[in-house]
Amino acid sequence: MALKTIQAPIPGTFYRKPSPDQPVFKEPGDIIAAGDTVGLIEVMKSFMPVVAEEGGKLAAFHIENEDPVMAGDPLYDLEA
Amino acid sequence: MALEILKPGLSTTVQDLGRPGYYHLGIPLSGAMDREALIAANALVANDDGDAALEAVFMGPEIRFTADAVVAVTGAELPPKVDGVEQPTWQAFLIKAGQVLSFGFLKAGARAYIAVAGGIDVPMVLGSRSTYPLGALGGHEGRALKAGDVLPLGPARRKPKPGALVPPGLRRPGGRDVELRMLPGLYWHRITEAAGRHFFDDVWKVAPEADRIGYRFRGGRPLDFLPREQPFGAGSDPSNIVDSCYPYGSVQVPGGTEPIVLHRDAVSGGGYFMIGTVVSADLDLIGQLQPHQQARFRAVEMAEALAARRERAAALAKLKAAV
Repeated sequence: MALKTIQAPIPGTFYRKPSPDQPVFKEPGDIIAAGDTVGLIEVMKSFMPVVAEEGGKLAAFHIENEDPVMAGDPLYDLEA
Repeated sequence: MALEILKPGLSTTVQDLGRPGYYHLGIPLSGAMDREALIAANALVANDDGDAALEAVFMGPEIRFTADAVVAVTGAELPPKVDGVEQPTWQAFLIKAGQVLSFGFLKAGARAYIAVAGGIDVPMVLGSRSTYPLGALGGHEGRALKAGDVLPLGPARRKPKPGALVPPGLRRPGGRDVELRMLPGLYWHRITEAAGRHFFDDVWKVAPEADRIGYRFRGGRPLDFLPREQPFGAGSDPSNIVDSCYPYGSVQVPGGTEPIVLHRDAVSGGGYFMIGTVVSADLDLIGQLQPHQQARFRAVEMAEALAARRERAAALAKLKAAV
């Protein structure tokens, strides 16, 4: 099993949910497909979706909901 | 000779040195958030200082070139790649017809300037090619770039030299923990002495909302105001004033909680008190701050503000002489 760490493409605030009262996009252990939204990053008054470029098993998140991120910070691990 | 935008990045706009002369009508200067980096990028490709280039914030675009061109990327450390091969920043490089310019992850700073020999030849609007998205003015159709846009290039002014570089000691890629010099302003008397001390002692962090209009900071202690009966025409909050002009770099603190430094796309007036104005020499530094990075404010007097301006002008002259 190759483990790959996916990095944040932009800095901002990371969200795991589409809105505070909704469930998270993905849980650790979920199988995700390329094109799935894994989270949101808020910057400059807009929310940019973090879209999976490849599929696999989402092994773990490196950051929590509403944590600050810098570009290049690890977001989650993917088992391909 | 053109640039085809394959992917626009997060918010990539055409910018030059701006559109002075219309602020009294509510049309701000616009132009590069980091003017020195724009001038450096233009110098590297043998353009004039005020030729139009692309400003990419946090994330680079993907661009296909329809003809050979000389390109330079300055400002933020956003590694350029030609057909996937990494190129240096702060150095002119050749890109061939059909090749694609893309970018790696941002390593430092916030805004990269992508200058191409000849400059981006969008129409002049009120004397500038800068994009003012809020007013749908200038640049390419008055907005940030989208996939499928095609940008014309002007004819090269002089023969550019691939390999030309800015010596490392003269580069300002933008950093963390910056100090912003501020001239305390007309409304300083509205806050308590303790609040004034806290403002300069506290460490402030860039809020994710920060953009070309204003850079919002949070994390410091709220300001306490001296009591007064609000004058006619001012709102009821103690941070409200009778409407006034907002200078570029002015620091308004709505509700006394989160200072906002107005930047190149500033609104020209309104009803928030201003604690002071960040000196013009430090506005470029703000343009290179990422969300969550730290900054502190330091009080200066006019003499130091003017000295800082002369110092930056001298540094820029040195940079241009070195290229």
